[in-house]
Amino acid sequence: MLDVKIPEGKLSEKWTHYKGHCKLVNPANKRNLEIIVVGTGLAGASAAASLGELGYQVKAFCFQDSPRRAHSIAAQGGINAAKNYQNDGDSVYRLFYDTIKGGDYRARESNVHRLAEVSTNIIDQCVAQGVPFAREYGGLLSNRSFGGTQVQRTFYAAGQTGQQLLIGAYQALERQIALGNVKMYNRHEMLDIVMVEDKARGIIARDLITGNLERHFGHAVLLCTGGYGNVFYLSTNAMGSNVTAAWKAHKKGAFFGNPCFTQIHPTCIPVSGDHQSKLTLMSESLRNDGRIWVPIKKEDSRKAKDIPETERDYYLERRYPAFGNLVPRDVASRAAKERCDAGYGVGTSKQAVYLDFTEAIIRYGKIEIGKKGLTTISESDIYKLGVDVVKEKYGNLFDMYQKITGDNPYEVPMRIYPAVHYTMGGLWVDYELMTSVKGLYCLGEANFSDHGANRLGASALMQGLADGYFVIPYTVGNYLADEIRTTNISTNHPAFAETEKKVNDRIEQLMQIKGTKSVESFHKRLGKIMWEKCGMARNAEGLKQAISEIQNLKKEFWNDVRIPGSIYEMNPELDKAGRVADFIELGELMCLDALTREESCGGHFREEFQTSDGETLRQDDKFMFVSNWEHKGEHEWELIKEELKYEEVKPSKRSYK
Amino acid sequence: MEQKSISLKLKVWKQKNSQTKGSFETHSMNDVSTEMSFLEMFDVLNEKLIQEGKEPIAFDHDCREGICGMCSMYINGRPHGPWHETTTCQLHMRAFNNGETIVVEPWRANAFPVIKDLIVDRTPFDRIIQAGGFISVNTGNAVDANSLPVEKSKADASFAAAACIGCGACVAACKNSSAMLFVSAKVTHLALIPQGDPERKTRALDMVAQMDKEGFGACTNTGACEAVCPKGISLENIARLNKEYLLAGLTSEL
Repeated sequence: MLDVKIPEGKLSEKWTHYKGHCKLVNPANKRNLEIIVVGTGLAGASAAASLGELGYQVKAFCFQDSPRRAHSIAAQGGINAAKNYQNDGDSVYRLFYDTIKGGDYRARESNVHRLAEVSTNIIDQCVAQGVPFAREYGGLLSNRSFGGTQVQRTFYAAGQTGQQLLIGAYQALERQIALGNVKMYNRHEMLDIVMVEDKARGIIARDLITGNLERHFGHAVLLCTGGYGNVFYLSTNAMGSNVTAAWKAHKKGAFFGNPCFTQIHPTCIPVSGDHQSKLTLMSESLRNDGRIWVPIKKEDSRKAKDIPETERDYYLERRYPAFGNLVPRDVASRAAKERCDAGYGVGTSKQAVYLDFTEAIIRYGKIEIGKKGLTTISESDIYKLGVDVVKEKYGNLFDMYQKITGDNPYEVPMRIYPAVHYTMGGLWVDYELMTSVKGLYCLGEANFSDHGANRLGASALMQGLADGYFVIPYTVGNYLADEIRTTNISTNHPAFAETEKKVNDRIEQLMQIKGTKSVESFHKRLGKIMWEKCGMARNAEGLKQAISEIQNLKKEFWNDVRIPGSIYEMNPELDKAGRVADFIELGELMCLDALTREESCGGHFREEFQTSDGETLRQDDKFMFVSNWEHKGEHEWELIKEELKYEEVKPSKRSYK
Repeated sequence: MEQKSISLKLKVWKQKNSQTKGSFETHSMNDVSTEMSFLEMFDVLNEKLIQEGKEPIAFDHDCREGICGMCSMYINGRPHGPWHETTTCQLHMRAFNNGETIVVEPWRANAFPVIKDLIVDRTPFDRIIQAGGFISVNTGNAVDANSLPVEKSKADASFAAAACIGCGACVAACKNSSAMLFVSAKVTHLALIPQGDPERKTRALDMVAQMDKEGFGACTNTGACEAVCPKGISLENIARLNKEYLLAGLTSEL
């Protein structure tokens, strides 16, 4: 039933072979082919720009006021590439291997290898666009380390790597807009896919300023709409990040792959109160220099600086000596939860651990003394010199921490706790990034493909740009080559009219409920259910409860939600209502998926399946597959498995000890 | 950090759409935790308004991490409020005192018409980028990233200019609604690195022409833009833009 379309041949030659044999579209025909790109983050902007450059007619959509705002912009730490500029043993194979292992052997080998192959092109492309990556004094590019690897392959621009990469892609996109190859629709939200016969042929979009529905035709539709972490209400995602586009596609036949695979990021600023609207990440790059600890004594209420070295438990260094503070995110998050649950947490909520830079500051201070040839110098001067170095490396993150918490992290250790950050699951795609619906593609975080059950740091930016710049320009051509005889389908076609009517009916239905509870209150309740029962640790009983609670929440939502204002005006509450309604349905599927997957792997931790020392226990004989869910009706899905075959890597117990 | 509760009076701009006239609306807020961000305070207010059957206040926001550039409130006469180098979303209620009245308006500039309440149209910035704020390099054309070393000091200065988030606070703060800081940041970002060199002249000329066409005012080097920029974009960029523009105008025939 599933045709994955993995090319024949050796793993390392598949992509080269594919590129050499896929069908091409000649330039004159490209001008007559229209492509819709939904979302303008790294995947969407890079795809829209690259396809525009090739000569296709592209229409790009984003719900923000400008494509430059997409949430890729908030990525802090960096982007991986197998350049081996550091001569420390990196290679395409090693990046591929680290990603597969990091994903706990739940990703597709062929896609991941291709990702590692094109990673080097991404850095070249971005530098050519003027992305100001960090450099060494010799003028060449600088690298740092990220979790789950033992080489330095991460390229970065201070703590603003995502911003700089997105601006690079955005500028390429704006250039294509100026050239007339791309037409941009800001403040537009995609609300459904239009199917003509068995192919995706367009979308219904809503102009968020006027509230009017619009019909747009495309020979192919690309969804680059990001992840669905906001199903948990509190996450590091932007407020507007949502699952709506992917969910509409799912209901039109696109399979949803591994929906329960969620990444909980270990280093986020802890929740401060009920008013909290979102959580803020402190980049993983901080774990290069910060040491994570809790007091050895339970419920120790002393201040951090009053706890002597011998009474501190650097639990990551203790449990995982080989990788120490740079273990992958899922491992670090669980370890923090374990300590806090056992009563060793710090801060007022006791739901936090320390991320301490004192040692790094002193180490850097001493190096500076050496550089400057100073001989007599006091400890406080060493500290000051060290602070300057740390400021240059992570200044913006430290400032952000201080603004949010009111504490100065140069003086007291940061308090951090895990938070929802990324979703590895997403729409299922084949090797060509096509979903199970013909002509409908999915790129970037929105698809399920490359990260298995856990994503390594600095790999999301890599995947978004790989898909957009270097994969889709080839694979979409392979499909469109057979579409050159398809003339543009009029948006008066009954399929457009019917889909638009359904979208319109749903909006009217939402507005007519006129209940008593705000959209936000439902979103918060959904988030609470998801975090408690489908979060960092899950068990069968909790998941079953969650499913029934979510089903009830759905009923209540459709009977009692209150949406102020009207349809034909700018109405952010109405926009949000549609998104929350979709999140509720997705939440149920995530719990179902988590319940079905009776094993622990990567970020999916089923309490029933763990080793005696609390590590994940995979069940390779039963669950070496991608769980794809086909929507069958309300509360009804069918599981379709994609067996994962490991030809190159031998799955083993993932150990970072 | 110590948590306190404060009471506030909010005077907020309400405007149905670009065609209607707006006015201030006053709201009282009690029990505002000083740990809240400014936008979370608005969330709480909006929840209250919805419960009372009233219309919530529309405002732009997205990442709430100070990087997307979407939030845009003019707070007590200052874009993004009282904290230095801080976006509205990163401003926290610790910045305010019990009993204070806070006035919140949208960005005010002819080139940024109000769409609703505190939301304005900033698409002129996109069109200025379209005029030349890029390097013309198609995907696949690039040489190896390390084949062209860039002096660290120049790379750092280029990065400092590229840190602009395109929020428009500079325009809102300027008495002439000039977009010079925004334009100069982009021109500087791309002029300081060798990759940007081939289009250096046309970029400066075309971006300035588009800026004028969009109806932004002239720059008189007052520096209000720099003072309110949440990313600390320096006024020196404007000096560089003037230099780039002059040189391009004088030597463009070469």
